Amino acid sequence: MLDVVTWIQRNADPDLSYRFACRVGMCGSCAMMVNGVPRWTCRTHVERVAQNGQLSIAPLRNLPVIKDLACDMSEFFEKWQKSDARFHPSETRHDDMPRIDPHEKQRSAANAAIECINCAVCYSACDVVNSSTTYAGPAALNRAWTLQNDQRDSNRASRLQTLVNDSGCTSCHSLANCSVHCPVELNPSGSIAGLKRMVFSATLKGQL
Amino acid sequence: MSAISPRLFVLQRATALLLAPLVIGHLIMIVIAIKGGLDSAEILGRTRGSILWALFYGLFVVAVAIHASIGVRVIASEWFDIRSEQSQRAVMWSTLIVLLSTGAYAVFAVTAS
Repeated sequence: MLDVVTWIQRNADPDLSYRFACRVGMCGSCAMMVNGVPRWTCRTHVERVAQNGQLSIAPLRNLPVIKDLACDMSEFFEKWQKSDARFHPSETRHDDMPRIDPHEKQRSAANAAIECINCAVCYSACDVVNSSTTYAGPAALNRAWTLQNDQRDSNRASRLQTLVNDSGCTSCHSLANCSVHCPVELNPSGSIAGLKRMVFSATLKGQL
Repeated sequence: MSAISPRLFVLQRATALLLAPLVIGHLIMIVIAIKGGLDSAEILGRTRGSILWALFYGLFVVAVAIHASIGVRVIASEWFDIRSEQSQRAVMWSTLIVLLSTGAYAVFAVTAS
């Protein structure tokens, strides 16, 4: 698909704006709507997605368009920050390296969700993002889930607090469009369900 | 800002857990009543004065009222973009009052002897 878009720009419409970088499914910058479905265009074959020989290419849903196929990703990344989806170290460089068993339950849960490429395909597929202006979206919450399972992170209690509001995990309707469309086959819906379980047990324990 | 507090979230999940067996029991009861060819007088003959049925449907009504009112609060705030906490609460409490009162009235009518 990305080759098609590049061909159009080089041969038919030199004014066409779109975004890409690595072309091999690592950078997450070339996501677009293809026949109404959000996809990473560099790893999408035309013959698999064309319907009756027709292709329609559009900018990602749920994001403001800058021009043509290039979306403004600001709100997508700002919501990561608002969800505290960033690492807070609990030790300094002068401390010993923490010893974490790679097969341990929490580490396995974090590993299963860690390979997000920030392409915003899940954000574009999410119907809750579509109906709520404040909802953080699957990618930010998936990242928050990996951090909630990271024993080295020092902000887990207060992060859980920030995730219980109309922008957080409790607003997810479990439609699982994110998991269906994630190009790297992560399960953000499962991660959000995990966060909900954390909220449930923390509330029962009086920690929230 | 907060559309749902942790307490409301837990209450909604707990009532969902409670409702699962209650709904199954209710459906089984309907199938038995229909298959057995019971008319309304025969059904009322069994439910009137029964503490068990009063408890079953009383619990059902309470669980539905709590579960639905928290859910309607979220749906209303998303569909109609209701941001004010006060308005969200008004939606929740009015749904709770309507469901509790009509439900309690129905349970009373069917089980009181």
